[in-house]
Amino acid sequence: MLQVKEIHTYYGLSHILFGVSLEVGKGEIVCLLGRNGAGKSTTMRSIMGLTPPRSGYIKYKGVTCTGQKPYLLARQGMGYVPDNRRVFADLTVGENLEISKGKPKDGKGWDKDRVYDFFPDLKKIDSRKAGFLSGGEQQMLTIARALMTNPDLLLLDEPTEGLAPLIIKMLEEQIARLKESGLTVLLAEQNLSVALRLSDRAYVIDNGSIRYHGTSKELQENDEVRQKYLCV
Amino acid sequence: MEFASNITIAAIFQQVLVGLSRTTILFIVASGLSLVLGVLRIPNVAHGSLYMIGAFLAYTIATLFGGGTAGFWLALIIAPLGVALISFIAERGLFCHLYEREHLMLLLFTFSFTLVFGDLVKLVWGSDYRSLSAPVFMQGSFSIFDLPFPRYNLFLLVIGPLVALGLWFLTNKTKIGKIARAAAVDREMVGAVGINVSRVFAAVFVIGCFLAGLGGALVAPTQNITQGMDHAIIIEAFLIVIIGGLGNMWGALLGALIFGLTDSMGILLWPQFAIVFPYIAVIIVLLFRPKGLLKSTW
Ligand SMILES: Nc1ncnc2c1ncn2[C@@H]1O[C@H](COP(=O)(O)OP(=O)(O)OP(=O)(O)O)[C@@H](O)[C@H]1O
Ligand SMILES: [Mg+2]
Repeated sequence: MLQVKEIHTYYGLSHILFGVSLEVGKGEIVCLLGRNGAGKSTTMRSIMGLTPPRSGYIKYKGVTCTGQKPYLLARQGMGYVPDNRRVFADLTVGENLEISKGKPKDGKGWDKDRVYDFFPDLKKIDSRKAGFLSGGEQQMLTIARALMTNPDLLLLDEPTEGLAPLIIKMLEEQIARLKESGLTVLLAEQNLSVALRLSDRAYVIDNGSIRYHGTSKELQENDEVRQKYLCV
Repeated sequence: MEFASNITIAAIFQQVLVGLSRTTILFIVASGLSLVLGVLRIPNVAHGSLYMIGAFLAYTIATLFGGGTAGFWLALIIAPLGVALISFIAERGLFCHLYEREHLMLLLFTFSFTLVFGDLVKLVWGSDYRSLSAPVFMQGSFSIFDLPFPRYNLFLLVIGPLVALGLWFLTNKTKIGKIARAAAVDREMVGAVGINVSRVFAAVFVIGCFLAGLGGALVAPTQNITQGMDHAIIIEAFLIVIIGGLGNMWGALLGALIFGLTDSMGILLWPQFAIVFPYIAVIIVLLFRPKGLLKSTW
């Protein structure tokens, strides 16, 4: 589904990613773990085309897509859920979803009703301005918004950041349901327990390089890597 | 005339109407400027030039069709469309490559356009002033409390709310309006949900410039159409947008009301110094609300 090969990404002059490579197979949940500033978000942004890598390449569904415009990637089924929940604050919940609606590629795609069935809490606040929602509601909305684009691959950047345990549990269940429905997910997380429960495989990133790669179970048992790069 | 020598209820009423008709023009021009500033983040100094071109085009089209009522209506429709076409070409050809540049670059770039447009107008229409008369049934005045009020201004008083309503509908009820409001705050995220932001920007830019052209066409029958009307309006329009709140449509309306009414009231109070009243109002507003009266999208 997704192949990232030796990418180097910069913000202006500062070199952030140093040859990051990773792969995500169809139907998998793969997590990208790393502490603050490790380069998780930058990796996500590179894949989505928001800060394209200067070298290396990214293949999506077998086709090289490095440097493509984000809106074209979104139309090809790449869904992006940004860190720190960037909802369209000026629009209502319903409007956030409406403008994100993409063309279904085959048969039934996501529409507002289906998204509201999936996140019933959002239905109740359909006409509320997104800027006035709680953190948990905003997080649901950013995921719902990405679903409206009918993604095949979902890039989820720290969905549990700053949320209460109860809401994290709910989101975890919903992400697991998305996987069951056949969605592929790349999940950036700092919350190790949630990430390892959800994912099949894990990458650990630190200082812009991948330091470890293995199944989630292997990482769970590898105390050395966890202590060295994740401080847990 | 002396200070505040002829203030009567009737005169105040008359000047309020005059001020409101001025408000219409100012609002139409400033709302277009505000739209472009809010969504595209371009401080389009050439907006005033497009207003001037709208006025000259209206004159030419009306004259071409014999100067009668039909000519006037056609001018009112075709001139803003012509301005929209010019802006479309400018956007697709030049502006669309510059969105990522810093504001100073954009400011200088649009400023250079005011010079180009200014010379173009001189080339096409010469440096004489032109005038366009309103259709016969809108000429002359009728009296309110025995004081004359131009019929054409009444027409402006109808157009103003219609344009405001249209803009409200566009920004709140249409998909492109909703996308534009989202893009004003977070254009990157709008792209990430699969929307071609560049196309949306082009549409918003063209709509904004259409409003400049419409303002120019509407103002044409009320004043001489001259070189230099671009500078006069752009200063006023920017001040209106600033006191209203950058990018806020209702702020543009509020700002235009303040500008139009202080201007007309100033004429009543102290005719020799009428011109300074709106600027004093601007200073007062900015002293108390440096970011403008309503919420800015910046
Ligand atoms: N817009 C930017 N301009 C310059 N440097 C940036 C920018 N965004 C992030 N960085 C830097 O890039 C590095 C990686 O940041 P990134 O956001 O990818 O980390 P992260 O792993 O997502 O961290 P967090 O867990 O805090 O979200 C950090 O050192 C950060 O300071
Ligand atoms: Mg991050």
